[in-house]
Order: sequence, then structure tokens, then C-alpha cells
Amino acid sequence: MTIFNFFKPARSAPVARDRLQILLQHERVSAGASDLIAKLREEILGVIARHVDIPADKVQVKMQRAEAVSTLEVEIELPNPVRSRSEKAA
Amino acid sequence: MSQVLVVTSGKGGVGKTTSTAAIGAALAMSGQRVAVVDFDVGLRNLDLVMGAERRVVYDLINVVQGEAKLQQALIRDKRLDTLYVLPASQTRDKDALTEEGVARVMEELRSHFDWVVCDSPAGIERGAMLAMRHADVAIVVTNPEVSSVRDSDRIIGMLDSKTLKAEKGEYMEKHLLLTRYDATRAERGQMLKVEDVLEILSIPLLGIIPESEAVLNASNVGCPVTLVDSDSAPARAYLDAARRLEGENIPMVVPSERRGGLISKLFGRRAA
Repeated sequence: MTIFNFFKPARSAPVARDRLQILLQHERVSAGASDLIAKLREEILGVIARHVDIPADKVQVKMQRAEAVSTLEVEIELPNPVRSRSEKAA
Repeated sequence: MSQVLVVTSGKGGVGKTTSTAAIGAALAMSGQRVAVVDFDVGLRNLDLVMGAERRVVYDLINVVQGEAKLQQALIRDKRLDTLYVLPASQTRDKDALTEEGVARVMEELRSHFDWVVCDSPAGIERGAMLAMRHADVAIVVTNPEVSSVRDSDRIIGMLDSKTLKAEKGEYMEKHLLLTRYDATRAERGQMLKVEDVLEILSIPLLGIIPESEAVLNASNVGCPVTLVDSDSAPARAYLDAARRLEGENIPMVVPSERRGGLISKLFGRRAA
């Protein structure tokens, strides 16, 4: 075995390349997803804030990743009583 | 027209400071006015690699905070008239770099120099963000090694989203500089090949810097490798890279050491 190894050193670089390709494929998707979540959160907050007074931290967006489907969970906490901006202006 | 260039990598120890010094000097050798700027607050080293460590009076933070004028902090290189170093602070807190302050200093540097080369700290924190923030073009320094390639991928993502250029919706020009490359080991399948790294990171290649003793020798004496040993393999690779940055079309080769006869070639290959 040692003699075999001496004549044919381990070719580890292909392993490195394959591991990186798999890892980065995954990491790019999740980095993209976190950007997506931030964008969604911002826009959802924008739409709601147009109609209701709402603190920025009351909109929560989460993504659950599973093999077949991923689910997006949006939780918006509205202050009580819910009062629209137009009502207040009136 | 003035260009701001950031030298970045994510991972530490891959050769950002060496490359900043070598490319900064190479650009200045062709007569252009160049400032190399150290953004590694608290762990400054560009001054040492450039051999200017005993001439530091004021630093980047002093200028950002308005305690010194830019001209007072810039150190002119003793070998090249058109090359200047703006050192980082060794003692101050890195939070002392404010976004507005850095913007003002970068603007002033642009008005005085053809090239402003920013040496980024390692990591993806504030210092690295500020170093890349104002860049027109980026060099991503990568070793042919898994952790370095992964971190470079992260940094490329940040260059495409966090820089002023990216925020304006403009294309951020990025180049890969592959350092510490050993063609023999790559050929034997023991090291990632240039093509592997290019395929994974998919940004254009600026240069391949071979692993070489000349790099350590240059930092030992405090002189960019392109100046102190301009005929060495890494220096030739850096000089070519600098010319490519200026838009020249130079065929990509991995330079090898010129010295040595048949015996050293035979044993050199085996020892690699």
C-alpha cells in the first residue's frame, strides 16, 4: 500500500472541487434567500404602514426550507385597536 | 480618470497586503500616481510591508476624524516618487472610521491620485465593508484551497450588493488573483487548478502568482516584490496583472523561476 501510494500520490484536488461546488451551490441559495426575506419584509412593512401605524419590528418574515417545498411565514402584529391612517386623518 | 481599487478576500493570510504593495508599486512604476491605503485598523501591516513603518506620523483615522490633513498622513515611498502609503491606525478603535469620514477621504484621494488601492482587512465586518464601499474595481485574492475559495465566494456576493456601485445598480468589476499557486502540485491533482477555481467563482482572472521565496524575502526587507526582485516569478506575475488592470491584453501564463540549471530544475520539481 505504501509503495502504491508512493507511485500514485492521492489526487485530493477533485474532492476539494466537488465539495466546494456542492457547498457553494447551497450557500448561494441561502444567501439569496436571506436577501429575499429582507426585501419581502421591507415591502410588506411598506404596504401595511401605508394604511396602519405599525412599528418596524412587528413584521416577521421567516422561511422554512424543506426538501419538496419551502414555506414562507409572515407574522404581522397590529396594535389594538386597529386604526387605519385614513380614519385618523378624518 | 481616478480609479479606486479594493484588494479583498474574506479569509486572512492569503496575500492581500503583499498584493496591494506589489500591484501598487507596479502601477506606480509606469509613472502613475498611486496611493495604497491600509484599512486594517488595529492590525496595520501595509506600512511594514512597504518599509515605511518608521515614518508613520498620522494615519487614516486621524484624517477621517479631521485631526490631520491628508498630506500630513501620506508617506511618500523612498524608491518611487509617485507612490504613497496611507497607514492605518495601530491603536485606535475601528469604530472610529465613520462612513461619512471615509467617503470624504476617498473623494480627496481621488482628486490627487490615478489609483487609490485599498488594502481590506480580513473578514466581512465593518472594516472590510468600508474598504470596498467606494471601489470602482475589486481584486479578490484567493489561494487554491477550499476555505479561501469559499470565503472569496462570500466576498464576491458582498461586492455585488454592498458597494456604492452595486447599490446604484451599476456593474461592479471584479478580478480574481490566484496566489500561492503551485502548478506542479495542481498538475498532480494535489491542489485546485486555476480552471477549477475559475469555474467555481466565475469572475475573470487577473493573474496567477506562483508560490515563491521571493515574496517572503520582499516582506523581510520591507519592499514590494515588484520593486525589490522585479525579475522573480511572482514579481513578473504581479507586473502582468497590473498591466491587465490598465486594460492591456497580456497572455496568461504562470511565470516560473528563471534561475537554476538542470539539477535544480530536476530537484526543484521533486521538492515542490
